[in-house]
Order: sequence, then structure tokens, then C-alpha cells
Amino acid sequence: MYSPAIIFEAVLNGLMTGAVYALIALGLTLVYGVLHIINFAHGALLTAAMFAVFALHVAFRVDPYVSILIVTPLFFALGYGLQRFVIGPASHGDDQNILLVTLGLSILIENGLLAIFRSDTRTIDVPYGFNVVEVGPLLLSQPKLIGLAGSVAVAILLWLFMVRTDTGKAIRAVAKERLGATLMGIDVAHIYAITFGLGCACLAVAAALLMPSFYVNPRVGNAFVLVAFTIVVLGGMGSIAGALIGGLFIGMVESVSGLLLGESLGQIGIFLIFILVLLLRPTGLFGAKA
Amino acid sequence: MLLRHPPFALLIGILTVLAGLPLLGLPNTALNFLFFVLVIALAGQGWNLAGGYGGQFSFGHAAFFGVGAYTTAILQVRYGVNAWLGFGAGIALGSFVGFVIGSLSFRAGLRGSYFALVTLAFAEVLRILANAAPITGGAAGILIKLDVAPANFQFASRAVFFWIALALVGAVLILNRMIEQRRFGAYLVAIRENEAAARALGVNVLAVKLQAISLSAAITAAAGALYAQYFLYLDAAIAFGPWISVEALLAAIIGGAGTVLGPLLGAGLLHGLGEITKLAAGRVPGIDLVVYGIVLILVVAFAPRGVIGLFTKGDKGGEPTSHG
Repeated sequence: MYSPAIIFEAVLNGLMTGAVYALIALGLTLVYGVLHIINFAHGALLTAAMFAVFALHVAFRVDPYVSILIVTPLFFALGYGLQRFVIGPASHGDDQNILLVTLGLSILIENGLLAIFRSDTRTIDVPYGFNVVEVGPLLLSQPKLIGLAGSVAVAILLWLFMVRTDTGKAIRAVAKERLGATLMGIDVAHIYAITFGLGCACLAVAAALLMPSFYVNPRVGNAFVLVAFTIVVLGGMGSIAGALIGGLFIGMVESVSGLLLGESLGQIGIFLIFILVLLLRPTGLFGAKA
Repeated sequence: MLLRHPPFALLIGILTVLAGLPLLGLPNTALNFLFFVLVIALAGQGWNLAGGYGGQFSFGHAAFFGVGAYTTAILQVRYGVNAWLGFGAGIALGSFVGFVIGSLSFRAGLRGSYFALVTLAFAEVLRILANAAPITGGAAGILIKLDVAPANFQFASRAVFFWIALALVGAVLILNRMIEQRRFGAYLVAIRENEAAARALGVNVLAVKLQAISLSAAITAAAGALYAQYFLYLDAAIAFGPWISVEALLAAIIGGAGTVLGPLLGAGLLHGLGEITKLAAGRVPGIDLVVYGIVLILVVAFAPRGVIGLFTKGDKGGEPTSHG
């Protein structure tokens, strides 16, 4: 009933959306892998980053791709500060408290944005917003292709950072063995904050890559974060490669099931995968045994 | 001690005082507010049983609220069932959904953050289904016909609704207090504090958790059914939206998780604070929720045992805080 060309196009579109999902999931999985916490504020922070990109464009005509250079360091600093001065001290090291504090942050950020920007859905107009690239018989959206390339580039950069730099090594050391890392003289609170900052920086890049072809409103992050949770669980909590592959896969599932079931029911496919993975294999497909 | 484990006489006293409120000649807006606080308190009492006493943090109590609400609405609108029977059916089905979700997640060994995530996902699945299925009225929602008569669970006076809500909250207060004094309550707390140790001591962990989630879901479903009966309108975002999962959790945590009076106190404090904020800040959307978020963080940081914990310094150390 659907021609192979249409299915193929849905798969490609899904891959491109999935790459940005992967980037969002990357931030989430990084924080989970090191701090062992689920950051419920991730979606709200993504919304905040998207509004930051939007505001820079409206106020100073900054191109969304250029705004990466501004928003990314800003969100790194924000994430660092949040973990160091709010989440860390407020939760007294208790997992359930961390869950509650990040939930509180998410309520605070989301509704703060609602109070400032109101509930209107906004987009930014860029001349290339609807550009397409011809690939054989297919027409692919240019901003989405850039999103794919950008996400993959960030994933590679992040991986290089983790493998090559001293800070990256320290992060991995803390993730593996917190006590041992402390005894080696690593400042764990500092590493935690850096990791949280990196997670937020991923969101900033994702926001800038999304904005040319997507919209923003105060609740937009929720939809993304549930997808990101699914990806993280699917890919294995804490696994960078898992997040990347999981993101691409979920993007495809969403796109194809949206084609077959319609937009609103299409999301069910994602949640069912989420629930099934949690119930049957909570360590994820690529995750190590818990 | 008095507030943490209130004697029955104190509970009855509090309920009597609250029951007198509508007799003060309050305007309808005030009664609306008080009714809403009680609905949130009831939903929070449900959350508190599994989350507060049992340590099973659900982020998806909207699933039970929504099933309770939609069951009674659909039975009345589509099948002409009596509203009171529908109310009972809503509670029963809500409880059953709690049992099913609990069975699946507890048998899979999901705890802590994972349990929070899976409950959230279940609620979202129900929300999307309710938004698409014809029987729920889809995105347009479902309207219960206005037909004011006690037999239809509809009353001209808001005070009657208030008293019904208060009776439900009161019944759960007393039930909670009884549970605290029985083995079941002790088992729940034992599981919260250390599941492995509880199992080693012979507690049937799965059975206790399943009883807790079923009862918890029934209570929150009652809140949903009551909501439907009062506002006579539902859509997927109201019934299954994340707002109610968050409200239920906030009421219990802020008042004092694992305490009898916590959810009622928490719901009252939060919404009181929300109203004051709205008065002070004017018609800025979301401003009351900004305050909720800040209060949640402050409570976790400075009053980890909730507002009630601030008044019960006496039994410090009697119940160690949970470890993840």
C-alpha cells in the first residue's frame, strides 16, 4: 500500500530527526553515566536553550547556527552552576532527592518561560528554512541534513574529549569508581558539575540545530525529553554509542509509525518500545549489566 | 510526634473543623478553591501510600486519576449507568490498572528512577490513547450531561461536593492511620528503607508492593472520578496529563511523605501559596507553578521530611531517610 520510495523517504527523514534526538539523549546519558541520576529538567533546559536561540535571533538577528557559539558556552556555565550550587547541595546525595530537585527545576524553568514568553508557539524565519537538497529522486530538507551532520560531529567531538583529554579521563574515572577517583585527588563535585554542563551544552547545540526547521513553545521540551528517555534506556544508560544508535533508530520508528498510524498514534510506538525495554531489559540493548 | 502520628481524636477534630467551613457563608469561588484542594489532597494521599510509605516514587499517577475520571464519565454518557455506580466502577478499574502496572513493573524489578520513568510512560500511553480513541470523545473531550439531582451525583450546592470530598479525604486519613498501626504499614516502611533486608526478614515484598499500588491507585482514581463529577468535562490532557502526577507527588512530598496528614497539608499550603502568588503577580500564566517548583527544591534542600517534619523534631533519627 505504500511505495518503497515513500517508506524510504520516511526512513531518511526519521534518521535526520533521530540524529537530533540522539544529541539530546547524549546529554541525558552522559549525566546518567557519571552522576547516576535521571535529570528530569533536561526537557525544560532544552526548551530554555531553544528560547535562547529564538531570542538571539529576534533581538540581534543572530543566525541560529552562529548562535551555537554563544548559547553553548552559556549553557555549559548554566549546567555547571545548577549542579554545583543547586542540585548537588539540595539533594544531600540521595537519588530520590535528586529526582525531586530536577523535577522542581523543570517545573520552575518551564513555567518561568511560560510567564515570560506566554504559551504562543513561535518559529524563526531564516531564508534557508525550506531549502531542499536533491538526492536522486528524493528531496531532503537542508536544515535537517545540517542537523544530522551537526549531531554526528558533536558526538564525535564529545567522544574525542572523553578519550583524549585529562578532564575526559577524570569524568570516566568518576563514572567508574567514585571513591577511587576521589582518592586519586579528583575533585568529584567539580567533575559532576562539568558533566552536567556538558549535558546542557549538548542541549544548546541541539536547540540551535532544531530551530531553523522547528518551533518553540514553553512545553516543547517535554515531547523531546520523553523520546530522549526512551533512547537512553534503549541504548543503555550512560552509553554514548548507545545514545547515537538509539536516537537514529527511534527517529526511524517514529517516522515510519507516524506514516502508518498517523501523527498522534505514531508516538505510541515509541512509548511501547520504552515500556518493553524497561520491563524486559532495563540495562538497554547496548548497556553493561547493572 | 503528635502531627507525625496523629491520634484518631485529632484527625476527627481536624475533619470537624474543616466540615464547618462551608457554614461560614463562603462565596462560591472559595468553595471551588477548597474543593480543588481536597481533590489534590486525595490524589496526593493515593500517591503517598505507595510513594511516601512504600518508597515507590511514581511519576505517573495521572494514569489512575484519568482511569477513574474517564470510567465514570464514559459509563454515564455512553451506557447510561448511574453516576454513583460509575464512581465505584472508576475506583475499581483505577485500582485494577494500578495492579496491572504494578505487576509488570515490580516483577521486572524496576525501582527508583526506573519505576518513576515506567509509570510516566504508562500515563503518557493512556493520554495518547484517550486523545485518539472514539469512546473517550477523542481530542474534543467528553461532556457529562448537566442534570442536577442527588441520584446523578450532581448537586446545586457546592458545599455538598465539598463535604463529599472531605468525607473521602477523611476516610483515607483514618485508613492511613490504621495502616500505620498494622503490619502492612510496617512492611511498607521496611521495604522503603531496605528492600533486601525486608525480604530477608520474610516480608513478601511483591505482594505488599502490589497491595500498596492497588490501594494507592484506587484512592487517586477516586480523586479523578470526583473531579469528573464536579467539572462534568474531561479531555486527555486533564485526565492523563502530567500536571496531576506532579500535583499528587508535590502535595505528599511538600506536606511530608509517609505521614498521615502530609498530603492534605501539602495540597493546602501549595494552593494557598499559588493563590497568593497569582494575586500578587497578576494574570501571569505559570507564575504559581514557578513558586511550586521553588518550594519543591527548598523543601528537599531544607526540610527533607516535608513541612510536617519541621514541627516534629522530637523523633529525629527514629526513621532514617531512605537511600537510593
